[in-house]
Amino acid sequence: MSPRAAVERPAEASLRTVQAPDEPRSPLAGAIVGRSVPRRDALAKLTGRARYVADLDLPGAWHGVIVRATEPHARLLGIDLDPAFDWSQVVVLTANDVPGDNVVQFAVDDQPVLAIDEIRHVGEPVALIAAPDLPTAEAARDRVRLRTEPLPPVLDPLASDVAFARYEIAKGDLEAGFAAADLVIEGTYTVGRQEQLYLETQGMLAVPREDGGVTVHGSLQCPYYVHAAMRRALALDDARLSVIQSETGGGFGGKEEFPSGLAIQAALLAIKSGHPVRMIFGRHEDLVATTKRHPAVLRHRWGVTRDGRLVAQDIDVVMDGGAYATLSGVVLSRGTIHAGGPYACPNVRIRTRAVMTHTPPSGAFRGFGAPQTEFAAEMQANRAAEALGLSPAELRRRWAYGIGDVTATGQVLRESVAARSVLERAVEASGFEEARAATAQARARRAADDRAVGDGGRADHPRGRDEAEREHPAHGIGVAMAWHGAGFTGSGEEHLASVVRVEVTADGRIVLATDSTEIGQGARTVLAQLVAEELGVGFELVEVAETDTSIVPNSGPTVASRTTMVVGGLLVTAARRLRAEVEERTERPFAASYAEDAHANGPTRIVERFAGYPGVEWDDATHLGDAYPAYGWAAAVAEVDVDLDTGEVAVRRIVSVDDVGRTVNPLLATGQIEGGTLQGVGYATIEEARVEGGRLLNDRLATYIVPTALDAPRIDAILVEEPFAGAPHRAKGLGEIPMDVPAAAVVAAIHDATGAWIHDLPASPERILGALQSKEHEVSERTAADPEATEEAVR
Amino acid sequence: MPESRTIQLVDLACTVNGRNVALRIEPRETLADVLRERLGLTGTKVSCDAQVCGACTVLLDGQPVSSCTLLAVEASGRAVRTVEGLARDGSLTPLQEAFIEHAAFQCGFCTSGMLMAATALLEEQRHLSREDVVHALEGNVCRCTGYVPIVDAVLAAAEAGQ
Repeated sequence: MSPRAAVERPAEASLRTVQAPDEPRSPLAGAIVGRSVPRRDALAKLTGRARYVADLDLPGAWHGVIVRATEPHARLLGIDLDPAFDWSQVVVLTANDVPGDNVVQFAVDDQPVLAIDEIRHVGEPVALIAAPDLPTAEAARDRVRLRTEPLPPVLDPLASDVAFARYEIAKGDLEAGFAAADLVIEGTYTVGRQEQLYLETQGMLAVPREDGGVTVHGSLQCPYYVHAAMRRALALDDARLSVIQSETGGGFGGKEEFPSGLAIQAALLAIKSGHPVRMIFGRHEDLVATTKRHPAVLRHRWGVTRDGRLVAQDIDVVMDGGAYATLSGVVLSRGTIHAGGPYACPNVRIRTRAVMTHTPPSGAFRGFGAPQTEFAAEMQANRAAEALGLSPAELRRRWAYGIGDVTATGQVLRESVAARSVLERAVEASGFEEARAATAQARARRAADDRAVGDGGRADHPRGRDEAEREHPAHGIGVAMAWHGAGFTGSGEEHLASVVRVEVTADGRIVLATDSTEIGQGARTVLAQLVAEELGVGFELVEVAETDTSIVPNSGPTVASRTTMVVGGLLVTAARRLRAEVEERTERPFAASYAEDAHANGPTRIVERFAGYPGVEWDDATHLGDAYPAYGWAAAVAEVDVDLDTGEVAVRRIVSVDDVGRTVNPLLATGQIEGGTLQGVGYATIEEARVEGGRLLNDRLATYIVPTALDAPRIDAILVEEPFAGAPHRAKGLGEIPMDVPAAAVVAAIHDATGAWIHDLPASPERILGALQSKEHEVSERTAADPEATEEAVR
Repeated sequence: MPESRTIQLVDLACTVNGRNVALRIEPRETLADVLRERLGLTGTKVSCDAQVCGACTVLLDGQPVSSCTLLAVEASGRAVRTVEGLARDGSLTPLQEAFIEHAAFQCGFCTSGMLMAATALLEEQRHLSREDVVHALEGNVCRCTGYVPIVDAVLAAAEAGQ
């Protein structure tokens, strides 16, 4: 059964190319690359024809549900089935029914498909039920009783003595660095759990096969992750196992590792019942059961000199991994490498750990550890600027990485460093210094009014502001920067050894095959653009093979801002080889001769395997070396209004400038920036999945709040191109960096408006009012602003 | 069906995208259930299942409603329009065209609801400000686009004389 044709034909060929005549063309643009061609999936998604997993109709499909644990930590003594219920009409499975290893395969084999002996978090899957209809399956689920003996849970990450991963990277001489410092900027910051909130909930449809195998259709980012996990737990070989990605309604990392377990569970039920089994989460179950962005506690001490040099960074990070390791080790690694921010510093120590708690597992989410650690670094940079009496833009001009600088892992930045250019563009486009001067004046006026109240005048006004000003919220502006390594960390890409295929079929069609998934970001469009450009054929002539593991090779997961850069680069190389091979035979341009060549000589198929970026060296044991082949660079300026009476924040405008190496599709690239920016604004202001006693409190969409159109600021997305010579098409990753940068800019703008530093995300009205009412922040700021006082305090 | 309970079925007669529909349904079925499962109109999406996110928005006598919580019987004698009813004879509406031009969708899961909410707005009002559009779409959550291109697309469609 195939709900979609084997090859997605570009039905949108007739639609006009979306490039306004006045759209400035990049000097790097080609005939197709650099142009905003319309998305491949436009018609299907705009007419309701796109088929997501819940839309697949299989007659006779059963419904699967999961019996979940209700305690954060317990011994599992038994699973009791209510004898009053008719169990003959349903299928029930427990850990004993897993034919292969009872493990959801990631880096660490700690997470079972179904709990056995021990329960480690609320919502952990314990048993599976399938029935011909959903009400029966749910009725059966309510008749299952877990017999447990409660165990004491570890809920505070700082109190956990189990670490999934630890890193320590160091450079220079930290003691000497602090000895040379005139000021020490210290801070402890916390960031909360964030939910990906893809609009389409998790879902999987498993279809049993005649050969004893199974085919799953699902909403997922990484078909071969699912494939590998199923092979292991189901003890099936590749011949009896296919993973097909259905249209996927958003991922943002939330469909990176999580679908592996769900696919195994659906497949178990399908094989056992002999029926296709649908498992589609409702929103409540999705919120309760799936991974969130790692919450973290970040402690920083930075040494700076009075003349404005950064001489020491001492950084300590604890991330809460939840009950199982999932991807915590890799999230932590990325967070560690980016923890100092995009700033050159001779003496650095970064110590990090990801710990176990009895809370639902944390996992992948756009940015993957970097939004957490970079928020803290940017807070430090902004506070340092204030302490030095420098503009935060000027401070960054001095500190930002340039060519030849060396990172904390010892990587020499040899090319494609756009830190200063993104900063200048953001400062200029936002009118940063002018706006900052105006907000400083407004702040001074308010302070003068406050003093008037203190002197006994105008006591009728709570804060001494006149009526006109009280009606207007305080306005503030703030800046932040980010860097984001594109592709897997360190030796990751070499281990992945991704494979792609480009071919001219026997009937003269051009098909590209990769398991990189379309999850909304536009991968299928962008990859087809790259191949069409290279082959010199029209965009509409390049077909993209269906994302089915029995058709496409393993090009690695769709994560880590790697699809355009790494997979796109492989496809470009494959297309070059294909073109050369055909042209050698036909001695005519590829476009004019490939179809004829196919009919005369049969298909030509090029398989390209990743073989490393030139000059990249990394040591897994020490975590030192070239952490990434290239970095993207970003700067954002945020403007906010803060209601000083209620603490409410309205983010008015974000200017986000992002370096992509080379733009493949300006409109889609802009979409990545706009979407990532709003997720960052949500992270900064309103979003937090609150877990207490191991239980998620805001477990409905009515209580887990995300930004709506009313909350969305004006977003000015600006693309910068600093080409990366190591990739054949010179493009770098873009998917995540827009998420790394807004939070600290928003919090800096709140500070600019109010004078209060909010150290904890989200910067909620409660936290802002708390900071405004407490005089503590003023005292500490005064200390930090007075070099003499700080010097004494330090020595 | 293995269920032993007896369910009193009720009649539902309405139009869906201009066609007459007559069904015997369970009283508890939502409009989204009927559209998706009985009529195969899966373009209408269910995301929050609680009338919060707007993904399931359809038009009932021209007014946007959340089909995930509206009982289907409420549609009796009324006109239902879904995303499948927008394009006619393969030609997209100006709004759909504007969604392409502005890249006003990414993953597509909020798109049907957005299109229907915006269609209701465009049919009601010809001259729209950005603020009008933002307020009309306030109940429709999008996680991909940051809303900017969606609002731009609706304004462009209004301009194009939807």
